[in-house]
Amino acid sequence: MVGVLLGAIGKPNAAAYLAVAAVLFTMGATGLLLKRNVLVMFMCLELMLNAVNLTFVTFSRELNDIGGQVIVFFSMVVAAAEVVVGLGIIVSIFRRRKIGATADSASLLKG
Amino acid sequence: MAEWLVFAAGTLLALIGAAGVLTMRNPVHAALFLIQTLFGVAVLFVSLQAHFLAAVQIIVYAGAIVVLFLFVIMLLGVDKDEAKAPEVLKGQRVMAAVLGGIALVELLLISRVNVATGARAGSGALDGAGTNVEKLSEAVFTKFLFPFEITSILLVIAVVGAVLLSRKPKALDGSVGSSGLVSGSAGGAA
Repeated sequence: MVGVLLGAIGKPNAAAYLAVAAVLFTMGATGLLLKRNVLVMFMCLELMLNAVNLTFVTFSRELNDIGGQVIVFFSMVVAAAEVVVGLGIIVSIFRRRKIGATADSASLLKG
Repeated sequence: MAEWLVFAAGTLLALIGAAGVLTMRNPVHAALFLIQTLFGVAVLFVSLQAHFLAAVQIIVYAGAIVVLFLFVIMLLGVDKDEAKAPEVLKGQRVMAAVLGGIALVELLLISRVNVATGARAGSGALDGAGTNVEKLSEAVFTKFLFPFEITSILLVIAVVGAVLLSRKPKALDGSVGSSGLVSGSAGGAA
């Protein structure tokens, strides 16, 4: 990544943005596996969504096409709806449990 | 050179914020670092000439979604005892780090390989006369009008679903939101 960053002086090329998006996505994915607090896991999900949005916008500039930005527009709407429903689910699960909001306390199907 | 400075600033903001989300014990601090990441991504959007999306990123993500997160954190109570809770899955941290490393290498390799065909989707050019907002709105309200209308249905469903999920069930069992909900999301968590 350092080689990419220092490679060409001028405008940052698409590979640099894609590398940032890759690192951001990986951090989100790692956090989703690492964390046990459901709310923080949800935040890591947002990180991954943002990384993908960054990829879309990068290719939108690279291919000179507005379609990538339109997709990001829709993905933001879906992300907002997803957060509303997901947080509703989290609240309704953990309102009846006093343990704390870890994902392990909602393991009814594991038996 | 100036573009590189803007890029570096946005990258640093985003990645430091992401690292903060991963390392903070307190969920409130994690949410605040998430705002920093979203701001950094917005800076990168500006440097990619996606001005409208940068503004929406700040307004919708940092302004609405993270505030919603903070509301729920406050509602459920701040919970710092994640580290003290018994580790149900053995070696979860090690596995997460290993899998994350593998995914990072894979994604970086893919980002170096030029897999894009270069063919346009044909939804309109990004450069040319007019501002970014004009071009985006022209695409959304002509070519993507039907998906845009579908979006309104999605939002209504989300609102109704959120109200249904978060209302207090009258009877403890037998209502829609109690037993089926918990077991369903447990499957998703496991």
